Amino acid sequence: MGCMATTESIVLAIGTKKGLWLATSQDRQQWSFSGPHFLMSEIPSIGIDTRNGRTRIMVGVRSEHWGPTVAHSDDLGATWSEPEQGAITFPEDTGAAVERIWQIYPDAEARPGVVWAGAEPISVWKSTDGGEHFELNRGLWDHPHRGDWGAGYGGAAAHSIVVNPAGDNVHIAMSTGGVYRSLDGGTSWEARNKGISAYFMPDPNPEFGQCVHKIAADAAVEGRLYAQNHHGVYRTDDNGEHWESIAEGLPADFGFVMLTHPRREGTAWVVPLKADGERIPPEGKLAVHRTDDAGATWKRLATGLPEGEYNSVLRDAAGVDTAEPVGVYFGTRGGAVYASADEGETFTEVATHLPDVLCVRAAVVADAELPGASVPEVAAAQGA
Amino acid sequence: MPDISVVLPSILQPLAGGQPILTAPAEGPVTVGKLLDSVTGDYPVLARRLRDETGALRRYVNVYVGGEEVRRLQGLETEVADGQEVLIIQSVAGG
Repeated sequence: MGCMATTESIVLAIGTKKGLWLATSQDRQQWSFSGPHFLMSEIPSIGIDTRNGRTRIMVGVRSEHWGPTVAHSDDLGATWSEPEQGAITFPEDTGAAVERIWQIYPDAEARPGVVWAGAEPISVWKSTDGGEHFELNRGLWDHPHRGDWGAGYGGAAAHSIVVNPAGDNVHIAMSTGGVYRSLDGGTSWEARNKGISAYFMPDPNPEFGQCVHKIAADAAVEGRLYAQNHHGVYRTDDNGEHWESIAEGLPADFGFVMLTHPRREGTAWVVPLKADGERIPPEGKLAVHRTDDAGATWKRLATGLPEGEYNSVLRDAAGVDTAEPVGVYFGTRGGAVYASADEGETFTEVATHLPDVLCVRAAVVADAELPGASVPEVAAAQGA
Repeated sequence: MPDISVVLPSILQPLAGGQPILTAPAEGPVTVGKLLDSVTGDYPVLARRLRDETGALRRYVNVYVGGEEVRRLQGLETEVADGQEVLIIQSVAGG
């Protein structure tokens, strides 16, 4: 955390449609890469857990042929472990089978062994052993709304999990279903979508059924969260009781990404796409937008990004680190990955021509060499 | 009596300790489901690559008995006789 000392590095994990790439950098400009790991399996979810005095990289892996699983590495990808009985498998009485792990979310420092996961079919899971075995959250699985939850294009999944570090508040988002909140650490759940539009339904203001694409919490303001909806960008200041639009000032209110600053109040990033029916950056010009005032105003950030770009950025294909200033990272469905070491003011291309980028995560770690790493041509060219 | 052999694709062999063929002792006809239970008993990761946690064969995993894909026969209830060979082959999928 905090300033990057010379003994620290950033590890950047890039999950794609056809495998995982890992990269490390000390200056967030020059990157050493390893990969592909898990070639020909998609990596839709990554969690980097720096608690417990180690760096554990957990990945949701899914092979079209061989199904989904969770693997972890404690040596920056030199070796991977997969629990024999599977980290996430549905109990027999449910009659369900995991299709895809959409989210892996290490809990707060104060709960060092706890890792949450979100999966398809719509389900939330919790591990207390650092992500090796997860238990199905029965409160959500048995929720009376379950039969009315729908499937977005990508599948019916719980894809966002936000846990309050100080208490027992847990917010999740699912597509489609919207935001659900638990005040008791996940025992019981209630829909919390008031103010979020579901324009695609006969009643555009239902209790649930919204297609919330991503939620993230303000690290400095208790009860404040941000949401990127399927059209609509929102903020709540009362723990989800009411949501209000903060889309004014953005070129479009569609998109998938919602990132928040790990420490500073009111700071969030989105990557707008033109519309549901036109899933490209507005006018084909890729840009990140940042607010520093909780959504009252937005600043367009495109320095270092390509002039023309017609690929979209998926909901988990973006992340921040915890260095000072914060690093912002994202990847496109066209296989390009961009990094900013100054909170989005300027970006550099750190990888290109990868398979579709599904998930990007970054973390500050103790200085470490990436096993088997090489500096690819694109990175070398940048350094030249 | 001859054993029943289950032939693995090369990509799965590391999950069976490097073995290309797993064998089950033949004690009369056995279903494909029971046969897979038997030969993957010591290899739970391999078992999960072939079938999900409900026991269903994964969509793009094909199992052949006597040259026929078992979905065209009786699925996992298809009977395998002594001395027969069972082939596991991934189907064409992905892009």
